[in-house]
Amino acid sequence: MNYKQMLRQNKMPHIWCPGCGHGMVLAAFLRALAQKELDPNNVAVISGIGCSSRASGYLDFNTLHTTHGRAIPFATGIKMAKPNLKVIVLTGDGDSTAIGGNHLIHAARRNIDLTVIVFNNNIYGMTSGQYSPLTPHMKLATTAPYGNFDYPFDLVNLAKGAGATFVARGATSQPRHLEKLISQGLDHNGFSLVEVVTQCPTYFGRKNKMGSPVDMLQWQRENTSTSGKEGTIPLGVFVQEERPEYGANYLQLVKTVAEGKSGE
Amino acid sequence: MNKNWELIISGSGGQGAILAGIIFAEAALANGYNVIQTQSYGPEARGGASRSEVMISHEELAYPKVQACNLMVAMTQESLDKYADMLADDGVLLTDQDIDASALKKSIRVYKAPIFATVEKLQKPMVANILVLGILNTISGIVKPENLSAAIQARVPAATISINLKALEEGIQIGKKLVNA
Amino acid sequence: MGNKRLVQGNEACVEGALKAGARFFAGYPITPSTEIAELMAEKLPLVGGVFMQMEDEIASIATIIGASIAGAKALTATSGPGFSLMQENLGFAAMTEVPLVVVNVTRGGPSTGTPTKASQGDFMQARWGCHGDHPVIVLAPSSVQEVYDLTITAFNMAEKYMVPVVLLYDEVVGHLREGVKLASSQAVIDREMPTVSPSEYLPYATGDGLIPKLAPFGSGYRYHMSGLSHDETGFPTSNPATIEKLLIRLNDKIEKNRKDIIKYKAYDLDDAQVIFLAYGSPVRSALQVQKEARARGEKVGLIQLKTLWPFPHELLADVFAATKADFIIPELSLGQLADEVSKSVPQAKITRVNRNDGALITPAQLEQALKGVL
Repeated sequence: MNYKQMLRQNKMPHIWCPGCGHGMVLAAFLRALAQKELDPNNVAVISGIGCSSRASGYLDFNTLHTTHGRAIPFATGIKMAKPNLKVIVLTGDGDSTAIGGNHLIHAARRNIDLTVIVFNNNIYGMTSGQYSPLTPHMKLATTAPYGNFDYPFDLVNLAKGAGATFVARGATSQPRHLEKLISQGLDHNGFSLVEVVTQCPTYFGRKNKMGSPVDMLQWQRENTSTSGKEGTIPLGVFVQEERPEYGANYLQLVKTVAEGKSGE
Repeated sequence: MNKNWELIISGSGGQGAILAGIIFAEAALANGYNVIQTQSYGPEARGGASRSEVMISHEELAYPKVQACNLMVAMTQESLDKYADMLADDGVLLTDQDIDASALKKSIRVYKAPIFATVEKLQKPMVANILVLGILNTISGIVKPENLSAAIQARVPAATISINLKALEEGIQIGKKLVNA
Repeated sequence: MGNKRLVQGNEACVEGALKAGARFFAGYPITPSTEIAELMAEKLPLVGGVFMQMEDEIASIATIIGASIAGAKALTATSGPGFSLMQENLGFAAMTEVPLVVVNVTRGGPSTGTPTKASQGDFMQARWGCHGDHPVIVLAPSSVQEVYDLTITAFNMAEKYMVPVVLLYDEVVGHLREGVKLASSQAVIDREMPTVSPSEYLPYATGDGLIPKLAPFGSGYRYHMSGLSHDETGFPTSNPATIEKLLIRLNDKIEKNRKDIIKYKAYDLDDAQVIFLAYGSPVRSALQVQKEARARGEKVGLIQLKTLWPFPHELLADVFAATKADFIIPELSLGQLADEVSKSVPQAKITRVNRNDGALITPAQLEQALKGVL
């Protein structure tokens, strides 16, 4: 299947700025998903609020654009009510780690079968460039005119600590590698999180004098590494383990309880 | 007996006053009465004095809370002291033999029973509430004993049914002695 | 009598929800609603339903909206502080027209307030708690039997009008136990499915009517749902006419069905010179006083509101036009209900009986108010 068939062509062009990395993340996701040969009627894509969260509207699946930070619990309800659906959450760094941070860690703890793809551009883009919990220390933002004195989360370690059973990080500078990571995340039975380092040339890049979108991708190449190079942002799969999945556990409970009752 | 009962069962948190109220309400419902059961909730229900209220009538009941209590059980001195003011002048009090009820108006009928001495004898202090129901129902005659027994069996943990029924029977015997005294 | 069971208010809510077909509960414990979550945890697995205890009330309502979008009849239960946290997503459900039931067992506020005592301070929050002009139905039982019956009605109205329904009752109603028949003659209403094929389907096209037919996710109808102002396709719009049309339709589907939605019970209004008007536990006090007053030959009536929102302005205006009666309004708040009534009947003399200490309004208080009016 060609991934372009999964797009709602009549919703193009998308709202993302020229040079924004979000289209690259979406394309990597769709290429990965296309390999799975799923019936689009059985795929649900849920998003929150922010630039990345507009992605759901472009996709020809069951799509739900929810409130800020809450995509994960909405997705949880859909998954638990219809376990046969493949449920994917597309979210941003602000959406998933600030306002929605609580939901993220609890979904990871439950190990519910959702794939969460975090478009991390280190900034709130939709509201024009305020710092997020993933904006690096002392970087500039409209609400950090003297530098961001907050310290950021390490999202991979956060998800790991919360109990996620699949955690990976990719980057838009390595789209084929990213596609592979997302593909593995989609195959994983349980809570999977893929953080994607992506560029926001309009706000984060301009504010921090990072040059053109190409310069930003070049920066990514020099500052990320799949081999754990000292002083770089590590890319790859960091957690991949089997643990009973929440929904399957629940169905097992229902079965056990029903049997116990009939045995009375 | 054609009358409205406004019952309060009080004790310290953990004595089962609330469960006793629920059981008695259920028995009265099975007996054909209209009933409403309410209780005090929250921190006040843990330790300290707690109470369960049961309205029992052959007429339709609207207001759910006791307005003039004509039947009260007080399982501790503290609960008696706290709720005694709610007793109507012609009310009836059932309490333990060791509790001081001398401050009550003389018009109130007081039954003093060996509640805790008896459950000590049974070596099961937690059945005091059920023993009390046996006494209460015998002195008041509100429900048929079989309805009370059925309600107890429906509401106490399965493993404790036999000891609770024994407590009920002890209560009935104590009640009979009190009535005949 | 024999077929009545002694049931607690919150237990009756659970039984009513299961009877109405609810198979999904997500919630967060909060006094005085917690018995609903506890009983759902016990009972839902037995009927193949889903119970989830969430990380907070925001997740709770988001999760049941998701479940309802996937086709399940879903509810959550909470109390004032949790209800406040749910407001944004309650608006989402109103905007996207996702049916669900939120039970708010009310306690004293503001803030943590008085968790174990009754209050009716959420009357306005239930209507206007979330931003924007949104549709909502609020039902208010005053007895355990009514909790059972109106929980079924709440699900039926949610599915019929594709709208969130709030079941609002105070701590006294939630915790008292009464003899109840756990049976209902109400037919259970299920969501209407689209009648067109997926290729012709427009989720928010309502034809000549006002209510969309939203296909559950996974049923072969792929569409987009968004809390943004949207057109018939479900996609966001910035067209001013389309934005306004949606907002009007969302509210019209309730406003134009007021007759079906507004439920109440009237006692002895025909010759009434004084009318008690109440909902929730104060109805119990008013009913006792009204009966006793009639027995004394005093011309006293009672209106019990079962639907709070949409507010029955026309009912009260009609009653006042016919009787010119004075109103006594007992409520466990500073006067949120009385304020609304004064909009319905600006000429009527209204006596307010307010109580804010967590205790019920007593019959004695109402007797005194009645003496002041007669």
